[in-house]
Amino acid sequence: MPLSAQETEIKNPPVSRPPLDPHLKALENEAIHIFREVAAEFEKPVMLYSIGKDSSVLLHLARKAFFPGRVPFPLLHVDTTWKFQEMIAFRDEIAEKYDLDLVVHTNARGKAENITPFTHGSSFYTDVMKTEALRQALDAGGYDAAFGGARRDEEASRAKERIYSFRTPDHKWDPRNQRPELWNIYNGMIRQGESVRAFPLSNWTEVDIWRYIQAEDIPLVPLYYAAERPYVERDGMMILAEDPRLELKPGEEVRHGMIRFRTLGCFPLTGAIRSSATTLEEVIAELEIATVSERQGRAIDRDQSGSMEKKKREGYF
Amino acid sequence: MTASASTGAASTGATILPFAEPAAKAGARDMRPLRLITCGSVDDGKSTLIGRLLWDTKAVKEDQATTLARDSGSQNDLGLPDFALLLDGLQAEREQGITIDVAYRYFATERRSFIVADTPGHEQYTRNMATGASTADLAVLLADARAGLLEQTRRHATIAALMGIKQFVLAVNKIDLVDYDEAIFDQISQDFRQFAQSLGIRQITAIPMSALKGENVVYAAGDASMPWYDGPTLVEALELATVRSAQAGGFRLPVQRVSRPGESFRGYQGTVSGGAIKPGDSVAILPSGTVANVKQIVTFDLVRNAAVAGDAVTLVLDRQVDVSRGDMIVSIDAQPMTGHHFDAQLVALQPGGIEPGKRYWLKSGTRRQRVSVEPLSQLELATGNWLPHATALGMNAIGKVRLSFDEQAIFDTYEQNRATGAFILIDPDTLNTVAGGMITAQRTDLGGIQIQREGERIILSLPADLAEQLMATDIFLKRRDETSIRRMTASQASEFFSDAASDI
Repeated sequence: MPLSAQETEIKNPPVSRPPLDPHLKALENEAIHIFREVAAEFEKPVMLYSIGKDSSVLLHLARKAFFPGRVPFPLLHVDTTWKFQEMIAFRDEIAEKYDLDLVVHTNARGKAENITPFTHGSSFYTDVMKTEALRQALDAGGYDAAFGGARRDEEASRAKERIYSFRTPDHKWDPRNQRPELWNIYNGMIRQGESVRAFPLSNWTEVDIWRYIQAEDIPLVPLYYAAERPYVERDGMMILAEDPRLELKPGEEVRHGMIRFRTLGCFPLTGAIRSSATTLEEVIAELEIATVSERQGRAIDRDQSGSMEKKKREGYF
Repeated sequence: MTASASTGAASTGATILPFAEPAAKAGARDMRPLRLITCGSVDDGKSTLIGRLLWDTKAVKEDQATTLARDSGSQNDLGLPDFALLLDGLQAEREQGITIDVAYRYFATERRSFIVADTPGHEQYTRNMATGASTADLAVLLADARAGLLEQTRRHATIAALMGIKQFVLAVNKIDLVDYDEAIFDQISQDFRQFAQSLGIRQITAIPMSALKGENVVYAAGDASMPWYDGPTLVEALELATVRSAQAGGFRLPVQRVSRPGESFRGYQGTVSGGAIKPGDSVAILPSGTVANVKQIVTFDLVRNAAVAGDAVTLVLDRQVDVSRGDMIVSIDAQPMTGHHFDAQLVALQPGGIEPGKRYWLKSGTRRQRVSVEPLSQLELATGNWLPHATALGMNAIGKVRLSFDEQAIFDTYEQNRATGAFILIDPDTLNTVAGGMITAQRTDLGGIQIQREGERIILSLPADLAEQLMATDIFLKRRDETSIRRMTASQASEFFSDAASDI
C-alpha cells in the first residue's frame, strides 16, 4: 500500500557540513550501530552524562543514531556537588536545547555526612560520591544498560574492556571472565538484576574525539579552552579557584593565568594546564604535540597502578 | 616522524616539495583504520613488538612512561622500560607476567591509523585469539628467529586464516640474536610460505626484525645490520595493507530497530552489511519475502542518494510493509540463503565446550533464534587435518558443525560476506557467549533424507563419469571428510545393500 500524501519527507537542510573523513565516518558508524543495538535489546537503557568532551560526543552520536526520533533513553548525571560551576550551567542548557530527559543524582548519605575531597581524601570521596552514587542511581532507575563514554586508549585496564561490559547485580566487573566479543555481534542476554555497560566510543582516541568535535561543530564547556582564570597550585596540580568552598592552605595563594582543562571532573581533583589555545584549532594543534596523556590531570588515576581496574571492579565506569 | 623518515625517497620528497608534508598529514585520514591482530607463541617477543610500535610512533605519553619506569624498576640495557607492563593492564596479568585477555591498542602514522588486537600467546587462551581475529584485516605473526615456526605459531596462522584473514605479515623477530643471518630468515620465511599455502593464504610479507632494538619495526634497520634486506619495515607493510570491504556483493541491511517517532514517519534503522543501495531500488524483506522500493535514505546530516557497506542509516520504503528487528532488507536480485539447515565452522570458547544436540541461542546480525548444533568433525591444529566423527567440542576446539533451526535462518557464506556469514552461540543456561561461527554452506535436504547421527551416510549410486565429475568439484573437495567412496559393480552393490539392510 503506497504511503498517504500527508506523510512527510525528511528534507535536506539548506547548508550541510562537508562529509566526514573515512576514518571518523567508520568510528561514527560503529558508535551509532552500538547505540541502536543496545536501545533495541535492552528494556531500560540510560546514558551516563558527565558533561565532558567525551560525553558531548556521545550525546551527539546518540542524537544521530535515533534521528528523526528523540533520544529514547534518559541521561544520568551523577552530581558530586563538586563539579565546576560552568559544567552544571552547560548541562542544563544542553538538556533543554535538545529536549532530553535528564536525571541528576547525588549520594544523599555522602552529602549528609559531608564527605568532601578536602576532608576525606580523593580515593574515599570518589568511592562514595561517584562509584557508590552511580550504583545507587542505576539501582533506583532499574536500568539494565548504561552507556558510557570510556575509551580503550585512556588507560591499561580499559584497553581490555568489551563494548558490552557485563556487570553482576551488585555492579561488579570481573575482568578475568569477560564474555568473548566477536565481530560486531554483541551478546545482550542478561538475567534480572544484571546489567551491561555499553561503550560506543571504545575505539576512539583522544585525537579522534577532538577532530570529531571540530568536524561536527559540537558545543563544549568553555573550560576546555584557554582563558585567564584564577588558580591555586596544590600537590603539583593547578586547581581552579572560583568556588568559595576552596580554602587556601598556609603558603598558598590565588594566581591568575591562561589555563585550560584537558579533562573535566570534580574541580578539586582536576588539574589545569597552562595553555594559550583559545580555539578548537589551537587545542588540536596543542594536542598533536602533547607529550603527556590526558588522565595525568586526574588525581584519582594517580594513586596507584591498577587503581582504575580496582575502581572499575567496584562499579566505577 | 614515523616510517616516512626512514625511507630515503619520502624524506627527499618532503625536501623538494615544501607542501608534501601537510598534504601527507591530511591524507592520514583518507583511509579507514586498519584493524590487525598480533599473534605468536609465548616469548616470541610480542609485547616488546607492540611496545616498540607504540613507543616509536609516539603513542606512549610521558606520564605513562614515568609510571612504567616506576613499575618496572629496572630498565633493560637499551634504557627502555619493560613494555609488557605497559600492555598487560590487569593486575592478574602483571602478577603472572602473562597476557590473559585480548587488549586493544591504538597508534597512528602520518598515513594511517591502526587498531591492534593484542592477543595472548598461551594455548589455553586460543579463544581470545579467535576473538581478536574476528574483526582483523591483517595478522602479524611472530616467530623467534632462534626457534623458527613453532606449533603455536602454526595454530595461530590456522585460526587467523579460518577467521577469514587474507593478509599476513611474518615478523621474524630477534634476528639480532642469530647475527642477522639471512639464511635463517630465508628458511623461516620459506617454511611459512609452504605452510601458508596449505591454508590458502597468498598475501604474505616476511620481515626480519629486532623489536627490542627497533630494527625494521618503525625505522629501517639500514645497511649496518641487514644489508641483504631491502623490503618494507613493519609499519610500511601495514600502511600498504588493504581494509576489507563488503561492497561487492548484494545489498544487506539487518534491521536493528524500527523508528516511528510520529504517525508520518516509519524508518528501518541498521548498518549496511553488504552491497549498496539508492532510492528507487527494489528490495525484499526476509524472511517474509515481501517486496518494496527504497523511498529515502535518511541520516542526521542529510538525506542521501546512496548508502554503502558500513553506513549506519535509516531506510524509508515506499509502502507499508511488516518489518521488525531481526529481519533483513536485501537487494531483490542478489539474495542471501534462507533455510533451516546450514553447515558452519566454529570455535568453542568456554570450558563447557559445545554439546551435541543442545539447543543454543544463535545471534547473527540482529537476528536471534534457537538452533541445535551437531558437531561433525574437529580440526587438529597441529596438523591442519579435520578429524571426522567428532562428538562434543571442548574449549578452544575448532569444529565443523551442522546447524538446524526451528524457524527460517538467513545467511551468506562467511567467504562471501563476513557480516552476514558470522554468528555467535549463546548458552541458554549461562547466557554466556560459547562459540563464534562462520557459515560455510546451506544444507539442502535431499528429498527429505536427513542424516540423523554422525557416521550415517546417504548412499548415492552414480555412473562412473558422473561420479568423477562430481568428485572433481570444489564443493565436493571441501566436504571430502563427510563422504566415503566405494567403487563396486552392480552385483557387489546388491550384496552390500543386502548386508546393510538391517541398518537401513
